[in-house]
Amino acid sequence: MNKTENQKAWFLVLPVLVLVAFNAIVPLMTVVNYSVQETFGNNVFFWSGISWFEDVLRSPRFHAALGRQLTFTFTILAIEVPLGVLIALAMPRKGIWVSVCLVLMAMPLLIPWNVVGAMWNIFALPEIGLLGNALNALGFDYNYTRQPGDAWFTLILMDVWHWTSLVVLLAYAGLVSIPDAYYQAAKIDGASSWAIFRFIQLPKMKRVLTIAILLRFMDSFNIYTEPSVLTGGGPGNSTTLLSIDLVKIALGQFDLGPAAAMSLVYFLVVLLMSWIFYTVMTRDDEANQ
Amino acid sequence: MRRFSWLVPTVYILFLMLPIYWLVSMSFKTTNEILGSFTLFPQSFTLDNYRVIFTDPTWYMGYVNSLIYVSINTVLSVCVALPAAYAFSRYRFLGDKHLFFWLLTNRMAPAAVFALPFFQLYSAIGIFDTHLAVALAHTLFNIPLAVWILEGFMSGVPKQLDETAYIDGYSFPSFFVRIFIPTIAAGIGVAAFFCFMFSWVELLLAKTLTAVAAKPIAATMTKTASSSGYELGLLAAAGTLTIIPGAIVIYFVRNYIAKGFALGRV
Repeated sequence: MNKTENQKAWFLVLPVLVLVAFNAIVPLMTVVNYSVQETFGNNVFFWSGISWFEDVLRSPRFHAALGRQLTFTFTILAIEVPLGVLIALAMPRKGIWVSVCLVLMAMPLLIPWNVVGAMWNIFALPEIGLLGNALNALGFDYNYTRQPGDAWFTLILMDVWHWTSLVVLLAYAGLVSIPDAYYQAAKIDGASSWAIFRFIQLPKMKRVLTIAILLRFMDSFNIYTEPSVLTGGGPGNSTTLLSIDLVKIALGQFDLGPAAAMSLVYFLVVLLMSWIFYTVMTRDDEANQ
Repeated sequence: MRRFSWLVPTVYILFLMLPIYWLVSMSFKTTNEILGSFTLFPQSFTLDNYRVIFTDPTWYMGYVNSLIYVSINTVLSVCVALPAAYAFSRYRFLGDKHLFFWLLTNRMAPAAVFALPFFQLYSAIGIFDTHLAVALAHTLFNIPLAVWILEGFMSGVPKQLDETAYIDGYSFPSFFVRIFIPTIAAGIGVAAFFCFMFSWVELLLAKTLTAVAAKPIAATMTKTASSSGYELGLLAAAGTLTIIPGAIVIYFVRNYIAKGFALGRV
């Protein structure tokens, strides 16, 4: 669409700007403020420069948490996005079953995160939970509170259960919006179903999939409540993702300086990666304008 | 192959329903039965857990509080996002792309990082423990999303609509309210659904910014879990009830999703 040059458009954006700036800038400045100071309690602070940042960047603990976080995020993206698209493709397009599917599939999205964590915590317990009991009955030695591998399996299964539907809903909306004429043209050309997917469905789903992937990326990087209720980061540190580690440092040990420095590094990592995703995925859009 | 494609959604839905079934079935069991043994169906069926929730104000007020701040947040986010999304979809102005990305960055801010500064900020301006505090805090991640979704819907509406309306003598506000908003009603529905969803499920900020008067149901549940031993049956009942408002909301917006949207030109 040809956009008109109009500086007065700023007035339309102003309410959003004021609200978000109020919420974003003051707390961010507070964090920056903590990150460059040392405290020994009693609200006495000393300037400490960038020493906390140097500590964080060198700390093996931060590297380990970041590594776990990246593993988690990319694993769930690699499962949820293709699976979500596949389910959306297989869903009915008309009739009563559409509503039934949509309502049932959206349910996990609408459960408070701590309930999701608590629910899976009990669901996966080896003795009294359905999943744990079933897996053990099938002969697997499954106990997510003791074995790190099982904890990871449970964590990823929970996230797939929780969030695949978001990809399904958005992909489905994108698919349905494609006019029938495209499919008829493809039929006349004798296109295979792969060709239809690759050259019609995928390009038309691009905007909705961009939102789905970016949302899943940002939200999985910030995930806190579900894993902290499910495993609490354990066994040991095996499922301590970035946010959990951060809260352990900030509230558990009350080291505000290092915690703040770590938050900022963490925020910058998310920012940088989202920016790359965003630029890559919206590049063609710009080219079309 | 097409004949068997119903299998995929069916298996997926079964997978989704299993943990939910487990939660609902626990809510009809006594805590002793849950902890004592593995039972697929409730053996000693009881409604006691639900009776406690509906008679104790500390429980049912949690739901009321959550619904109040979620509603404030949804209305606020969508109302301010509407004009902004219009500006992004129709006009080019100084710094528009940077501003758009800056808005998105606020969704990336980890709630765990901002919980403490938020608490200090909202205490300082005196709205700690009010519904408004939680609603405002949640706009941080809901406004960017609402702007993004609405912008997508609006750029699917041809610009000729605006131009024709102006030629017909509509002023901007009357065009926006009387013609444009009805045109993108589906977009507003979808944006409101996502705002509702992300505000309803969030716990960390909601818990940090409230104490008694505006305490959300999720926080009531975590407090109960730690104070009165582990009343699993009660918690399961409370958890089951948290699914209901969401289910009602999705029921109302299902048609907007079923009709499809591409968030851009098709």
